[in-house]
Amino acid sequence: MAAPPEPVLAAPLVDPMLPRVGRVRARRRDAPLVFTLEIEPAEGSLPPFAPGQFNMLTVFGVGEVPISLSGDPARPGRLIHTVRAVGPVSTALSRLDRGDPVGLRGPFGTGWPVEQAAGSDVVVVAGGLGLAPLRPALYQLLAPRRRYGRIALLYGTRSPADILFAREIDAWRRRKDIEVHVTVDHATGDWPHQVGVVTSLISRARFDPARTTALVCGPEVMMRFAIGTLQGAGVASTQIYLSLERNMKCAIGLCGHCQMGAAFICRDGPVFRHDRVRDMLALREI
Amino acid sequence: MSGIGTSSARPDRSAIFPIEALGTLFDALRGRGYRLIGPTLRDGAIVYDDIASVDELPRGWSDEQSGGRYRLIRRGDDAVFGYAVGPHSWKRFLHPPRQRLWRAKRHGGEVQVTAEAVPEERLALIGIRACDLKAIAIQDRVLTGGSYLDPYYKARRERIFVVAVNCSVAGGTCFCASMQSGPKVTETFDLALTELCDDGMHAFVAEAATDEGRVVLAGLPHRPATGDEVDAAAAVVARTAASMGREMPSEGVRELLLRNLEHPRWDEVAARCLTCGNCTMVCPTCFCTTVEDASDVTGVESSRSQRWDSCFTMDFSYIHGGSVRASPQSRYRQWMTHKLATWFDQFGSSGCVGCGRCITWCPVGIDITEEVAAIRASEAH
Repeated sequence: MAAPPEPVLAAPLVDPMLPRVGRVRARRRDAPLVFTLEIEPAEGSLPPFAPGQFNMLTVFGVGEVPISLSGDPARPGRLIHTVRAVGPVSTALSRLDRGDPVGLRGPFGTGWPVEQAAGSDVVVVAGGLGLAPLRPALYQLLAPRRRYGRIALLYGTRSPADILFAREIDAWRRRKDIEVHVTVDHATGDWPHQVGVVTSLISRARFDPARTTALVCGPEVMMRFAIGTLQGAGVASTQIYLSLERNMKCAIGLCGHCQMGAAFICRDGPVFRHDRVRDMLALREI
Repeated sequence: MSGIGTSSARPDRSAIFPIEALGTLFDALRGRGYRLIGPTLRDGAIVYDDIASVDELPRGWSDEQSGGRYRLIRRGDDAVFGYAVGPHSWKRFLHPPRQRLWRAKRHGGEVQVTAEAVPEERLALIGIRACDLKAIAIQDRVLTGGSYLDPYYKARRERIFVVAVNCSVAGGTCFCASMQSGPKVTETFDLALTELCDDGMHAFVAEAATDEGRVVLAGLPHRPATGDEVDAAAAVVARTAASMGREMPSEGVRELLLRNLEHPRWDEVAARCLTCGNCTMVCPTCFCTTVEDASDVTGVESSRSQRWDSCFTMDFSYIHGGSVRASPQSRYRQWMTHKLATWFDQFGSSGCVGCGRCITWCPVGIDITEEVAAIRASEAH
């Protein structure tokens, strides 16, 4: 059994509610309503981040939202955030142009147990935008590749157009040292891969359940089914990690919004070991 | 008062001073640079607000409280602290309903963000009760006890002077005695008063527990209290403790609620709850906030403010796709189980001090003690 994940806490900021000003360096459209921003901190760099952590991004005069870091932790000077434009702030973020200012606070929260997983097989299960906070973990898993056993990426989206980071996924597909399966709920005519829910991919992946760490991120209902299937395949609850989403206003455990039972998702999560939140996940509207 | 986390100093031997010296106390505090906040009559209730003199205290007034009901009544005497707590708690001064966090200004392509300065104001809290002092100790742990803290709360909190009052009447919705948070003041104070208003006598038995409290007390016309006077003060508190309007045995409440997160009583209470959030606004420990950004029409200047929020709103738990807690059941359960159960896990104590405000100011009179009792009773069957 792996050791419990150490919470990754940056040193308390002098004023943790005060955004630093960064600047958009590039914006790329990934999927309908989904954009990836590359942001350069203008006033020196933020502390390094761990895979799974998030920043609070401000569009001045509009508001602030938590957005996970989706870039490479080895390049902390380039802050990569993948945003779905669904509310006023995320829509404003998606409309920023190169050179526009962005407020930055972070990084916050716990990360994926990439270090603790060394030596074991790793199954990454992502649904939709859930691939974004998992991509930094994939970079770390693949960088010193020999530290891990088998690695599988199981990814599901609604349609082929919704697949994030498609070129990168194709590149991973061509590698021999990572098994990639992608499925969609609704296929178009030229879709050559699987159709169906992401849980159906778990039986296709090769891994040794007794020595596997599973990283799961996606809509909560998808995670519930995926975790059930992983457990059915023999992966212990203590070897499954998931990233939870709740409303967040402060990201430092003071505003109260993100509570789930006794946990503050912003501080005690967003990444949790499954056995620690299993009881809460079983309750509706908790 | 000597800051947050100071262990309770042992009070000195009690002194006694006459009602006439209360004005001298106010003047002394004002002279030491304090802004005086205390109880006063406004809008048919006793609220905490700026007070300029003893004349603004609710002399001769008391209150009648029950579920969803608050009425001022006349007392038969001239007591100035002869009532229970009103709708305001002191959190509106230490953790105010609205606090600006920063302002930003755009100069061409550059943005300059300036943090709101921390307040330097010194507040003298006059007439704070045991339950509310306990509530401040709880908010200290919430807002300043972790790795991140609220600098605005901390700055205000560190500069307060506490004139506590031991309660001489219990309100109809009070249950501090069963929560071990009153009616006698036990948390750190500068001065603690017990009002004696009987047999033509009107005076305060006073204890000082800090150096500043001692200096202030020394400046008042006073003498050492006699044994009888100390006994009389103790009797006031004992009588109050014995006349609590409600009780909520705190034993095992956390475990009780955590094993009943699925319970028909949540549906039952939700059928009455209007999810108005009053309970969270009047609660002296509820600390949740949201943020609001504003900008001028040109987009050059913008700012962010923090303001009180309530777990009873739909917005509170909103994430893309809907609210996590869409039903009134789930929102009432969140509030009550947080207050009475998960608060222990997060901050090492209950989040309830038994002040009874959530009962009095609930428009439909939902009673937290009754809800706990109902769930407890359901297990006995």
